[in-house]
Amino acid sequence: MLKGINLEIYEGEFIAVMGENGAGKTTLIKHFNGLLKPTFGRVLVDGIDTRKASVASLAKFVGLVFQNPDHQLFCETVWDEVAFSLKNFNYSEEIIKARVRKILEILDLTKYSDSSPFTLSGGERKRVALASVLVWDPKYIVLDEPTIGQDYRQKDRLRNFILQLVTQGKSVIMVTHDVEFVAECHPRVILLSKGRIVADGSAEEILSNEEFVNECSLELPQISKLMKTLKDLGVNQKIIDVYSAKTYLVKMLKG
Amino acid sequence: MSLRVFDGFKFKKLNTPIHKLDPRSKFMFIIAIFALTLLFTNLIGLTVIFLIQLPLIFLAKCGKKWLKTMKGTAFFAILIFIMNFITGASFAFSLAMTIRFITLVSSFSLFFMTTSPDDLGLALEQMKIPYTLVFTFTTAVRLVPTIAVDAQTVIDAQKSRGLELEKGNLMKRIKNFIPILIPLIVSAIRRSMELAEALESRGFNASKKRTSYLTLKLHKLDYATLILTIFLLIFGVYLKLYVPLPQIDLPIKVPPIQLFYKTF
Repeated sequence: MLKGINLEIYEGEFIAVMGENGAGKTTLIKHFNGLLKPTFGRVLVDGIDTRKASVASLAKFVGLVFQNPDHQLFCETVWDEVAFSLKNFNYSEEIIKARVRKILEILDLTKYSDSSPFTLSGGERKRVALASVLVWDPKYIVLDEPTIGQDYRQKDRLRNFILQLVTQGKSVIMVTHDVEFVAECHPRVILLSKGRIVADGSAEEILSNEEFVNECSLELPQISKLMKTLKDLGVNQKIIDVYSAKTYLVKMLKG
Repeated sequence: MSLRVFDGFKFKKLNTPIHKLDPRSKFMFIIAIFALTLLFTNLIGLTVIFLIQLPLIFLAKCGKKWLKTMKGTAFFAILIFIMNFITGASFAFSLAMTIRFITLVSSFSLFFMTTSPDDLGLALEQMKIPYTLVFTFTTAVRLVPTIAVDAQTVIDAQKSRGLELEKGNLMKRIKNFIPILIPLIVSAIRRSMELAEALESRGFNASKKRTSYLTLKLHKLDYATLILTIFLLIFGVYLKLYVPLPQIDLPIKVPPIQLFYKTF
């Protein structure tokens, strides 16, 4: 159930949608490619009203990666799995080959291209699902809980990859509970609670605000907590990631 | 595409006489209806059996959900009608077979809408059926709505990858369901294995003799239902054997095509 959502997402933006369980995050992103149609009001994607377009035609612009990869993997090999959507969009055989090869390489899956997706580990299956959407190069990329089941290194890779997409001018919208991951990425953060947007602003502003964070059953990022305990030293309260915290503190200690 | 069809088989707790009935007497009644629908091939007989259920559905206050189920079965009902008709059956007979199918579906729908899976399990247990079997049965019933939710998610995920279900000729449309069915089956198997492990780690079947806090008891209404059931059955068999029901036939007939044998 979503109520009174008024949201504009621009090209090249990086957005994290956060909120407690059942806040309506997944419901919200399902409106982006027309899987769900608004019962009241309208959703426009590049000016196209989602109520008047098919999911397949909207999917070309809006690539949505679901939370659980087991809900979409079905092919005999990882290669076929990733090529599936390109075949649906009627791309030529040559383009399919080139694109699949490229995306498998980027997501570190080339060595699995002939194995069955079902034999892979949870984190690898998740990356295959991601590859199967990113492969058609959608303009808007919507990720539902991309960090679940990924180890630290893979999360790091994912972050770099997402940031790279953003610098290429893509819009990335991700739903997540992972405050630490968000703190390291500095996206625009939209907080949802009980179907309403309760806050919309930069990650520094929202993730350092205890009131907002508690309202959505989240925790402050570790660095933010550290900064809170150092408040009487007069440190900047808006720092949330490790790197800027380090440079800031070192600079402060040196004088 | 929506899986609302299953709503008509989902239990919802309501305070009506039908919900209060013991699952055993309700089940006997449904079985009687089942037997009678298979006994008759006559259009009038089957229509009467179908009509018997309507006040009960009304009494159980689940008319809306029942209608949804009926809408969902409409496709198969029409298919059965056409199959019978083009293979040379009379109009009345084809209609009768369609009503037979609808009656069977709606009687099961009524039973599952008004019987909680827990009560059903308890009833089976009290009928001295081994608990492992009872558990398997109740789990299967309980998983239907869960799998329906899964199916919807799979459909959404594949549509997001450009799959168009309502496109192409018949063969293409059937093929379109492969990307839906495989993830569904795989996740169902994964879930059942996890369920088995969870059960074992919690000591399933550790004690041979289970006791239960609740016991089911037959009440006045249950005895009334059982008597009605027996009466219905005897009356039905009597009618079938000794009273020829009037045949209605409409002079609509197509030349028989020997495609299939009479379906259903």
